[in-house]
Amino acid sequence: MLIKSIGRYFIFLGALFTNREKFKTYYKLVLEECVLIGIGSIFLVVLVSTFMGAVTTVQTAYNMVSPLIPDYVIAQVVREMTVLELAPTVIAIIYAGKVGSSMASGLGTMRITEQIDALEVMGINSISYLVLPKIVASMLMYPLLVIVAGVCSLVGGYLVGTLGDYITPTDYVYGIRFVFQEFSVFFALIKSVVFAFLVSSISSYKGFYTRGGALEVGVASTEAVTSSVIAILIADYLLAQLLVGG
Amino acid sequence: MIEIKNISKSFNGKEVLKDISGVFHKGIPNLIIGASGTGKSVLLKCIVGLIKPDQGKVYYDGRNFTDADINLKTEIRREIGMLFQGGALFDSKNVEENVRFPLDILTTMTASEKLDRVNFALHRVGLENVNKKMPSELSGGMKKRVGIARAIVNNPRYLFCDEPNSGLDPQTAIRIDDLIGDLTQEYSMTTIVVTHDMNSVLGIGENILFIYEGRKLWEGSNKDIMHSGVKDFDDFVFANKVMSKIREK
Repeated sequence: MLIKSIGRYFIFLGALFTNREKFKTYYKLVLEECVLIGIGSIFLVVLVSTFMGAVTTVQTAYNMVSPLIPDYVIAQVVREMTVLELAPTVIAIIYAGKVGSSMASGLGTMRITEQIDALEVMGINSISYLVLPKIVASMLMYPLLVIVAGVCSLVGGYLVGTLGDYITPTDYVYGIRFVFQEFSVFFALIKSVVFAFLVSSISSYKGFYTRGGALEVGVASTEAVTSSVIAILIADYLLAQLLVGG
Repeated sequence: MIEIKNISKSFNGKEVLKDISGVFHKGIPNLIIGASGTGKSVLLKCIVGLIKPDQGKVYYDGRNFTDADINLKTEIRREIGMLFQGGALFDSKNVEENVRFPLDILTTMTASEKLDRVNFALHRVGLENVNKKMPSELSGGMKKRVGIARAIVNNPRYLFCDEPNSGLDPQTAIRIDDLIGDLTQEYSMTTIVVTHDMNSVLGIGENILFIYEGRKLWEGSNKDIMHSGVKDFDDFVFANKVMSKIREK
């Protein structure tokens, strides 16, 4: 059953690139999706990441009890956690919950109300027309959201760290810059592109093949989030092993 | 003209269509009728290619649609207009965008040419000043008419209507039937209508194919339905009280 489903998923991905429409058609659709995904998610991303940075700062400071460890290490820990995991991975899980479920339910509703059939009858490759713009927009917008999340998380940590008297502003800024490796940001961006592809393609796949009625649309939406989260976690491990593992 | 030959289809071992053949002529409404669950919509979906039949072939003016490659299939599909049971209007687009959609995708018309064509199609189905309304703001009958406008906007050679009257009041249903009949004649389209509405059968049923338990049981025109001589067909026709009274008289 799982193998059949994975096989069907790859056939679905193959159909994205066959019998496509004019470039102009996709250009407009991608822009629409970018606005929907980017603008629609920005508030949640800013809110969650700011609090994530703030909480990470407080927790790290609380656990750093040794006088031998300098205060700037708090900021260094916040930076590493934010760049490597919190911004790309945790936000990806939230992204799956918000954008993934919306994609699955949108396509599921189009399926059960015969809107997808209407496209097919007109001779339009519905997978390519409906799903390709979502995947492209997602791969363009999610890395930007990750950058915003990273910045907000560091700013959240700074505000709580300095206002709560856990760390001085000078130490925080020093810690953020201390032995900084640019590759971490590059790694985070690679992860964000992969996660964006997984969330958008899996969610679209689940929504596209919905059968039945409103109940099944709900089920497809839930399955989209569950499958996306599992895929994100597996991909996170594989990428870590591949890019920074021994 | 559309010809179907020996169409069969099963779902999970259950045979839904059994060896159905028939010819649908140009310029007259062709009706596929039968009780609910007899396979009418499945047959229609096999004809338009939304469902692949297990066996049999569909020919569009002699072109084998069933075995066609993707290019020929796309070419034929771009000559098709279809009205779905619920209208199948795109929720995110307003009426004008919905009707204009096939022109945006399939033609190289200018914006003003498209607008003229959209307004013409909407006028043809008796809808004006609704261009900017969203599908959620329309009544069932209006949705169907917008669906017809979208189906005819690109001058299709083939028009398919799946239960065009379901859920409509009798007056609107008759208007929709008349519209389908008129458009078919006017544009010389090959039209197939799936219905179980006896008003449609009497009104526009010039060529009728009766499906019973997945089989074609009777074929004829609305002039012959009183004397079909087929018991299951008579049971279907005269289950309608008006038809029954007509027969008694």
